[in-house]
Amino acid sequence: MLLKDFIKLTLFSLISHRMRSILTAVGIAIGIAAVVLLTSIGEGLHQYVMGEFSQFGSNIISVQPGTTQTHGGNVAALSTTRPLALEDGEALKKIPQIVAVNSVVQGNAEVEGNARQRRTTIYGVGPQSPIVFEFYPAIGKFLPDDNTASPRPYAVLGSKVRDELFGDINPLGKLIRIGGNRFRVIGVMESKGQILGIDLDDSVNIPTARAMELFNRNGLMEIQVKYTPGANVDEVIASMKRVLIAKHGREDFTIVTQDQMLEVLNSILNVLTFAVGALGGISLFVGGIGVLTIMSIAVNERVSEIGLFRALGAPKNQILLIFLGEAVLLSALGGMFGLLLGVGGAQLLGFAIPALPVYTPWSFVFFAEATAILIGLLAGVLPARRAANLDPIDALRTE
Amino acid sequence: MNETQIQLDNITRTYQVGEEKVHALDNVNLRIEAGDYLSIMGPSGSGKSTLLNVIGLLDRPDTGNYFLNDTAVTSLTEEQQAKIRQQTIGFIFQSFHLVPRLTAAENIELPMLLAGIAPTERKQRVEKVLHNTGLSDRANHRPDQLSGGQRQRVAIARATIMQPQILLADEPTGNLDRKSGEEIIEVLETLNTQGISLLIVTHDPELGRRASREIKMIDGKIQSELHNKQSP
Ligand SMILES: Nc1ncnc2c1ncn2[C@@H]1O[C@H](COP(=O)(O)OP(=O)(O)OP(=O)(O)O)[C@@H](O)[C@H]1O
Ligand SMILES: [Mg+2]
Repeated sequence: MLLKDFIKLTLFSLISHRMRSILTAVGIAIGIAAVVLLTSIGEGLHQYVMGEFSQFGSNIISVQPGTTQTHGGNVAALSTTRPLALEDGEALKKIPQIVAVNSVVQGNAEVEGNARQRRTTIYGVGPQSPIVFEFYPAIGKFLPDDNTASPRPYAVLGSKVRDELFGDINPLGKLIRIGGNRFRVIGVMESKGQILGIDLDDSVNIPTARAMELFNRNGLMEIQVKYTPGANVDEVIASMKRVLIAKHGREDFTIVTQDQMLEVLNSILNVLTFAVGALGGISLFVGGIGVLTIMSIAVNERVSEIGLFRALGAPKNQILLIFLGEAVLLSALGGMFGLLLGVGGAQLLGFAIPALPVYTPWSFVFFAEATAILIGLLAGVLPARRAANLDPIDALRTE
Repeated sequence: MNETQIQLDNITRTYQVGEEKVHALDNVNLRIEAGDYLSIMGPSGSGKSTLLNVIGLLDRPDTGNYFLNDTAVTSLTEEQQAKIRQQTIGFIFQSFHLVPRLTAAENIELPMLLAGIAPTERKQRVEKVLHNTGLSDRANHRPDQLSGGQRQRVAIARATIMQPQILLADEPTGNLDRKSGEEIIEVLETLNTQGISLLIVTHDPELGRRASREIKMIDGKIQSELHNKQSP
């Protein structure tokens, strides 16, 4: 049979039972629409989170105390591990590909200023922190490049802390108390809003050494390093290891690149998208059962026609193809309708709820349509095989 | 025209019904030449339809040999047999077996569609056969809009559109009134005079006598064969 005739014949059989063909196709359409819609939301969320994450700046490598090779427990707590020190950060600055180094300590403390109080996050950071995060002061200056071990007690406020404590008053030059120690405000950061639930505006930056003192820590929590764009990351890491091992005598620290962190995040989010997609897959499965049912009914109705086709010289394979073709066409058409429904629904949802990120990649569209066709094949194969294996004489005798 | 077209040697076809073995065909020997006109008569259950089905390659005999145009067709694959059916054999049924959702023209076109013949040629052939059978004004009617006689004429047009050598008709007039039945037989006989071999199963002795070879079957056996003078 010519392909054109095959499609025409198949389409014609479907059209001759317009109502039930449409209903069956709608079953598949709903399944496909559910998968497309849910994965669009999942993928939108994925892109959103990744986008947020990359707002922390790029080309960042992080050094943390302890090794992660040992499983379980806080490895940093082992006595053989030397804490990361301020000097380690200073030493890393000497590596040529490294643009900026930020030694970090973090904690919570009560901030007092302008006769108001607020409990907030305190970041002990180095003067190069804005370069690393591409996050700069809006007014005033950032922490100066003081003696690392005994920096002057300056503070740079997050925009929210400034609003809460000082309101419209200019905070520059004002004194504040953090955990009982006095700091002078020399700047206010630009507003960045929330990133992944962390409100960067609700924080205060002070020099690392001061924060270590405040929180009674003898080591850093993390050293963040920014390297020149285009630099060979492996080389940079090797240099960092060399420098740190020279100081520590052994590798008692962990180096993680931003790409590695993104990779982990990415794979978690992929699982999420897949999971919601599978949820939609349940309705697709139900749609597939619908196709199976309708095709079984179609074969039963057309037994005598199958006998006739055989008498007219159609081999078994041709009968098989005719019924498979009907099942596939039915679900392919349903699939296309479902794509329209799903993509349209996703757009509408994104429009109606701007806070909900939706995104439909083309690969999902193709994948969904391929799934619809595959479901048609799977659902059609049993009825089609039954049709092909009918005894033509018995079939012809059936009215 | 006396070369052997169909040769059945000791053909047996049995059905197992419960404990019993039913001999639908019991050691049947038959030779048919191209252009022959046979009628097959006999009581119900004597194996007439089974014989036609074996000749038409819809059924396989249990034992015996069947040569069609000197080919041993019993040993062919299902696909090869289908091909022969398509090219060589036309079936006509008591209940017409038209596809209800297709028009008369589309029903006639169907074998060519299955065979993969190009649309332009299909159209030409259908038009010609519609004209020859006087069905041109019924071309776009569905089976339920046609009379019994017209339906059977559509079925005959469909059975002959692939220009087969053999026409197998199982009680082709069984569902028709006397007059339409006679018309149908005349159409079939005309085809026979044009060279097609014709095998008609019938219960009507009058129709049976019209064939040049009148075969009588009983209990799966060919009991007798009468040779009639061809009536004009
Ligand atoms: N599928 C089958 N299963 C069991 N027995 C069968 C089957 N098909 C035919 N038979 C038996 O084979 C015998 C011959 O059947 P066949 O249909 O050839 O008879 P027939 O001469 O065409 O009868 P009728 O005039 O009623 O059409 C019958 O006894 C019938 O019961
Ligand atoms: Mg019969």
